[in-house]
Amino acid sequence: MSLYTRSRIPVENTLLNARLQAADRGYDDFVVVDVDAHHYENRAWVDIVPYMEDGPLKQWAESMVKRGGGGGASAALTGVQLGNQEVGGRIIRAGRNFSDPLDTVKDDRHPDVVRMLWAMDQMGIDYTVMFPTPMLTLGLHPQVEVEVALARAYCRWLTRELLPQDDRIKTMIYLPFNDPAETLKMVHEFKDVPGVVGFMVTSVRHRMVHHNDYVPVYAAIQETGKPLAFHAAYNWTEPSMTQLNKFISVHSLGFTTCNMIHMTNWIINGLPERFPGLKVLWIESGLAWIPFLMQRLDNEYMMRTSEAPLLKKLPSDYMRDMYFSSQPMERHKNGRALEVTFEMIDAPNRLMYSSDYPHWDYDVPAVIHDLPFLDDKAKRQILGGNACEAFGLDPTVVRKAPSRG
Amino acid sequence: MKVHVGAAAEFEEGDRRIIDVKGRRIGVFRVDGRFAAYLNICPHQGGPICEGQYFPQVEAVLGADGTLVTERSNPDRPQLVCPWHGWEYDLRTGVMVADEQIRLRTYETVVEDGEVYVVA
Ligand code: FES
Repeated sequence: MSLYTRSRIPVENTLLNARLQAADRGYDDFVVVDVDAHHYENRAWVDIVPYMEDGPLKQWAESMVKRGGGGGASAALTGVQLGNQEVGGRIIRAGRNFSDPLDTVKDDRHPDVVRMLWAMDQMGIDYTVMFPTPMLTLGLHPQVEVEVALARAYCRWLTRELLPQDDRIKTMIYLPFNDPAETLKMVHEFKDVPGVVGFMVTSVRHRMVHHNDYVPVYAAIQETGKPLAFHAAYNWTEPSMTQLNKFISVHSLGFTTCNMIHMTNWIINGLPERFPGLKVLWIESGLAWIPFLMQRLDNEYMMRTSEAPLLKKLPSDYMRDMYFSSQPMERHKNGRALEVTFEMIDAPNRLMYSSDYPHWDYDVPAVIHDLPFLDDKAKRQILGGNACEAFGLDPTVVRKAPSRG
Repeated sequence: MKVHVGAAAEFEEGDRRIIDVKGRRIGVFRVDGRFAAYLNICPHQGGPICEGQYFPQVEAVLGADGTLVTERSNPDRPQLVCPWHGWEYDLRTGVMVADEQIRLRTYETVVEDGEVYVVA
């Protein structure tokens, strides 16, 4: 019989090795914050739709849920993303394409809360900032009012049903950015809601972040003192991306280009000068794009200064003032590339660890902890200290200490 | 130190057993009638490589003129794939497919009187 029939074995804890790493490295001595992890809201539309405001859009959503059930409705509501995240099934994700004991555990809390806390405990994480998954590309929906309606319902459901179940799980509010006026309303509605540590724009969309319509939004977010994050993704139907024939290609380029476009508009149009107190965080584009864009923009700005009259310093100087999440951190064979990147972005003060768990290219905290060129203080700042400062979290260790047991 | 794994006869082709040797977890695999043993820690981020699945290596077939004819799976080149992020290793040798300089930590195995041992 072929060996391939014995390819898969039962595994009780797919993150056991992460727990052993946490124990060996002593993460119980300092706070670890994961600024970007996910749950699968597509399973929950049956619970989310009741939070929509009455009217034809709610009727539509209800009929989709009735037809497709909790999960099946997702495609009709938020759209379908083409993909091959698990590399043809090679990557195993508990609760997604692999069943583990947590799938059937009896617990009064929402399954997404239970699953998230389990992953946090394994990895040694105190606080997690949780985001949805298919909604990462909802900004492509041609009906602007659909993004608004679903975003509002999702955020109300999340903050009223899930976040109150455990204080270790936080969120940045999904902003329906295609509608600036509604985005502003969302900022006001959620800015003081417990568990809300910031605001998030999904980067896959076609809006100019420097448009004057967004000025009141940035002013309002600046006023809250909470960060504004841009969360990257890919869009395989983007015209230039349709030339790419493999998931590896669209994933490599899609996640970086969407944030490069927003960052370029953000800098060249002088938004850092107009909102100097606004904390801006760039999520899930890895780090290699940052030195690239710093060099590129600085070089062009020196030649074409008149096109960016609001700037008082080099583009890279503004970028160095911003925050970046770490994942998926490119660890090239030539380790000097990463070391120079850390230096260019002032990583000890500006970089924030993120896992992106349970998405396929997640990073465990050891990717930061094991870096040879960081001292202990820098490691702790990146793994949690910087996020605590930016999000106003109490930097006391709250999780149960991970153990080898 | 020789550590007992089990009776060789208990292993069918592709069977594995993960044993604990003083806190180190080591996977022992039967491939081609022989036994290969690897530390259950992936060189990437430390994932449990020995809990991964077997996949046939994907090969590209080119025509004589350089055109791509097809891509196909070659079941004679089984790979052990890390369940965390998909790094692929030759199941027989523990050598990484993408970069031969990267190898799983391997252990010698011996079979004596029908019993399998790992030298760890
Ligand atoms: S830990 Fe094995 S592929 Fe990442």
